[in-house]
Amino acid sequence: MSEEHAHIVPYKTFAIVWIALLFLTGTTIAVAQYDLGAMNVWVALGIATVKAGLVVAVFMHMKHESILFKLSLLTALTMLAIFIGFTFLDVLYR
Amino acid sequence: MSGHVHKDYIGAKFGMWLFLFTEILLFGGLFILYAVYLTRYPQEFISAGSELNVWFGGGNTMVLLTSSLFVAISITALRRGAKTLCLRLLGGTIACAVIFMVNKYFEWSAKISHGIYPGSEHLKELQPGEMVFFNIYYLTTGLHGLHVVIGAVLIAWSMFLIKSDKVNADDFVILENAGLYWHLVDLIWIFVFPLYYLILH
Repeated sequence: MSEEHAHIVPYKTFAIVWIALLFLTGTTIAVAQYDLGAMNVWVALGIATVKAGLVVAVFMHMKHESILFKLSLLTALTMLAIFIGFTFLDVLYR
Repeated sequence: MSGHVHKDYIGAKFGMWLFLFTEILLFGGLFILYAVYLTRYPQEFISAGSELNVWFGGGNTMVLLTSSLFVAISITALRRGAKTLCLRLLGGTIACAVIFMVNKYFEWSAKISHGIYPGSEHLKELQPGEMVFFNIYYLTTGLHGLHVVIGAVLIAWSMFLIKSDKVNADDFVILENAGLYWHLVDLIWIFVFPLYYLILH
């Protein structure tokens, strides 16, 4: 194959990320035992977003992809944010 | 005609990512449905959501995270020439998929035996908000479960191609794309778990 492949990620990097993901899962379960009112949703979503970021960046290799991949992902997530944001402009301020 | 077969490694992987973006929007729609009904029926969502068992959800989270680790490592293993290790790791991924679906079977069976399933008589007697909760719970986890099964089939297919050396250390984009699909399954569950199993207790 003529194209150059991205570098090989070592086993250790994946193992560290996996431990971090398990730790964050434990954290979100532990935090959910306390009643933080409306903050419950935002803390849970915040931790989930950090976990998702780790999976996308390392497991899915996005950290080492070209700018084309990164901008495309950003576009897709922006579309989703607009989708959610405009729905809630209607739901909350109707 | 001996010789060069054109392969577009970047193109193949980018195509997979474009498909994954449509998957993100598909599940995004279901999460919007959840969020809109949560703001409309906060009390009913809490009373219905507290019936879900955090151990099923949490256990399956650990299983999927571990399966994602196996897939990620398997690609490194293949590229370093450790074919046997790669195949064992992918076998581990499929085992995780089976454990996930068996957990799901027990979880759904318990709900169904209590008369909680879409269209059931018991559900019609509940508050409208509780009925909505269980309907989108079944829709979201059902669609996700379907993705687990498809992902496991893609991993099994990759294993078959690795065994016959059609996928190898120099030409591994099929395994990489199957892996990307599998990580997406994990990614969706990372959001399903807190939203359905944690914050409503």
